[in-house]
Amino acid sequence: MTTVAAPTPSRTRWLKDRHATGAAVLAFALALPAVVPLLVIAGSLLTFDAEVWAHLSRYVLPEVVLNTVRLLAGVVILTGIIGTALAWLTAVCNFPGRRFFDWALLLPLAIPGYVMAFVAVGFLDYSGPLQSGMRAAGIASAWLPAIRSSNGWGVIVVLSLALYPYVYLLARSAFTSQGRRVLEAAQTLGFSARAAAWRVALPMARPWIAAGVSLVAMETLADFGTVSVFNYNTFTKAIYSAWFGMFSIGAALELAAFLMLFVLAALWLERHSRSRVRYGGGRSGAYAERRIELKGKARWLAFTVASLVFLVAFVLPFLQLLIWAVKHAGSDLDIRYFGFALRSLLLAGSAAGVILAASVVLAYVTRVQAGPWTSWFSRLGTLGYAVPGTVLAVGIFVPMAWFNNLLQGWLAGVFGDAAPAIYLQGSLVTVLIAYMARFLAVGFGPVDSSLQRITRNIDEAAISLGTTGMAMLKRVHLPLLRTGIATGAVLVFVDVMKEMPITLITRPFGWDTLAVRVFEMTTEGEWERAALPAVVIVLAGLVPIALLTRRGTHVA
Amino acid sequence: MSLKRNNILASFRAVVACVTIALAGCAPSAGELVVYSARVEALIKPILDSYTAETGTKVVFVTDDAGPLIERLNAEGANTPADILLTVDAGELWFAAERGLLKPLDSPVLAANIPGNLRDPGNRWFGFSLRARTIAYSSARVDPAALSSYADLADPRWHGKLCLRTSKQIYNQSLVAMLIAEFGEARTEEIVRGWVANLATDVFSSDVKLLEAIAAGQCDVGLVNTYYYGRIVREQPEFPVKLFWADQSGSGVHVNVSGAGVTAHARHSAEARKFLEWLSGPEAQGMFAQSNLEFPVSPAVAADPLVASWGPFKQNPINIAKAGELQADAVRLMDRAGYR
Repeated sequence: MTTVAAPTPSRTRWLKDRHATGAAVLAFALALPAVVPLLVIAGSLLTFDAEVWAHLSRYVLPEVVLNTVRLLAGVVILTGIIGTALAWLTAVCNFPGRRFFDWALLLPLAIPGYVMAFVAVGFLDYSGPLQSGMRAAGIASAWLPAIRSSNGWGVIVVLSLALYPYVYLLARSAFTSQGRRVLEAAQTLGFSARAAAWRVALPMARPWIAAGVSLVAMETLADFGTVSVFNYNTFTKAIYSAWFGMFSIGAALELAAFLMLFVLAALWLERHSRSRVRYGGGRSGAYAERRIELKGKARWLAFTVASLVFLVAFVLPFLQLLIWAVKHAGSDLDIRYFGFALRSLLLAGSAAGVILAASVVLAYVTRVQAGPWTSWFSRLGTLGYAVPGTVLAVGIFVPMAWFNNLLQGWLAGVFGDAAPAIYLQGSLVTVLIAYMARFLAVGFGPVDSSLQRITRNIDEAAISLGTTGMAMLKRVHLPLLRTGIATGAVLVFVDVMKEMPITLITRPFGWDTLAVRVFEMTTEGEWERAALPAVVIVLAGLVPIALLTRRGTHVA
Repeated sequence: MSLKRNNILASFRAVVACVTIALAGCAPSAGELVVYSARVEALIKPILDSYTAETGTKVVFVTDDAGPLIERLNAEGANTPADILLTVDAGELWFAAERGLLKPLDSPVLAANIPGNLRDPGNRWFGFSLRARTIAYSSARVDPAALSSYADLADPRWHGKLCLRTSKQIYNQSLVAMLIAEFGEARTEEIVRGWVANLATDVFSSDVKLLEAIAAGQCDVGLVNTYYYGRIVREQPEFPVKLFWADQSGSGVHVNVSGAGVTAHARHSAEARKFLEWLSGPEAQGMFAQSNLEFPVSPAVAADPLVASWGPFKQNPINIAKAGELQADAVRLMDRAGYR
């Protein structure tokens, strides 16, 4: 289908096989950074620490499995609803403040989940200003639902507010790129406006919404920081407890392996459920078309909902951070922050570049050479996002150190005492490879869903004009993928800015970043002092978000 | 103004130089002492700086949690650039030593400066500052005469009045491990179950939050590391919570250490040893402990005046290596007892 018509059938087949093998190899190479730690994790299943398992399955797993499922379901549903609804409002409708909310609703992306959790608990807990204030005013506060309640409502809400932008951003791309024409067409076919939205626009946006929700689900499973603030015991907490508490790395990796099996099954189900669906093409320039003017109460309802989400998910936590940051800026802010910020930006920028390039290639080979191997590799390659951070960080560091030692041994054999000392595992190359293992899903999701919207007709038209392979990617697909690529780049950029465990273990000596700064403060319980680097992370994260939305209004 | 610009330029140049080195993956240069530290930068850098100023030996360090640092040492094996592993808990040092990542150090200086219960019986690691975990109580609602021991907090008269930090925190794991060492598993499990039954609210994620909850009236008593309390009272002298030294008529307050050992494959063993010996000396001891309101391990050195104002106390004399040995048992016990 992608190769030009060949003279004989056998030759075509050979060409196709060769291409398919090449594609599979390429997909494998790109997925390798994530596959290696997954193999390390899977390898743990060969040995079984029976004693630890007997304990875990009796006393730990019942609680953490239930908690994890509850958290996952809650966050997925909540972010799905909030993200999709807000995207619909800002991308398709018109209401007061729409232009502002269009980009402002992305801002919570820049606030790390654990920071939002700390602010929320600090503010709403018994000893926080709200309840203290109430008691001081003579109002009983005990009837308020406890934010740290073990049924997990607090952590579900906070994590949803921190993660909904993933869904929002992807759904927004879907709605803006499918264009209003789809809705108009549906209406001319006799659908009411509401039915057109439910039965045409939403199903058409499904690859995007699914991609956004998958990212949210994976991040939720891997989360440690946010649930820790709430003491909400999830699978990840059980993994860390087996590792650092019981000193049983074997059991920790086995737990991680089960988590991965669960994620693989979920991914397979999600893909399978839409594998036979083909998504029609969108047309750019949809912005020029008429929006749905909300009227009367609906206008103000939309305004209220958008304001409320923006207020709770961004304004309040950011204000609290600012207050703390200003309080400690006098003693903590110094010239070194310039370096922290510069290194954060450098790492985030290069990671975004590398990962998006890899995502485009991976999505592309999966599309043009869709064999079982290629698609499995692409799936495995994105699995790193669901692995708890420290497990993945160590899972990458260990093989890199092994490789470094191998190389060092070889150098010593060749050069003897003159052999240079190398330190691969603590080099920027390793940092970037590790980021790729973790964040490939974040770049791949948006790119892949945009690619699914480019119809086969477009490919065939291009082929008939003699454009194939990389030329087709460059001249036909890339321009159509711009929104997907920009979306993925922003997500990766902001995610890397917030990332801790990988940065901590692979960073070269002296390469402290803003996130490392946050770690330095929070690990000693000095949460308020962590506000300063956190604020700088938020501010730096605003830059790509602003760029994306400016692009969005001009181009998409 | 121009000074500032020079600074910016200098850091910019430093960053560019770093990128070049970092891409190539160079190990720290020879002659530099390398520390893997789970103790954060703010609490070690001033001390390392003054060591460099005094001796001319340059020290570089990298911070992370102890768990990853230990895996890192293990993976790097003989090629590790690290000379010293520094942690904030004895259990972690015990674990690193168990895995053969630290080497014994036969140093009369360290043996003289550091009490026997605060270092590894095999001399592979040494405590350099003391962290005491004891009872904090509301000065408004609790008569200190009613307080006595860790075990007493399991008594039903504290029902609905106790606050605890999560059992996932290593300080609590060490404390329970030491209780196991003293009372055995069965009795300790009874104590922990009693604590859980007495909880006023769900466990906390930090000692600071716990102290604030006592002050706010959510509970009356709790268990905390003293330096968290110190940080609060340094800023709010009227903070309505006080410390009580636990088990004074029994075996004494549970203590832990922030400590260090020389790595098995250290390239600068002699320098590393010299550094640790210096760290156990009077000047460094004062700085190391005072930077975080901890206690010096060396009995000859005075604590920070604020810390000293809490009065002297008897500490539990069991060797803290026990905390590591029994930590996994402690974690399981707390799981069984429903201590989240």
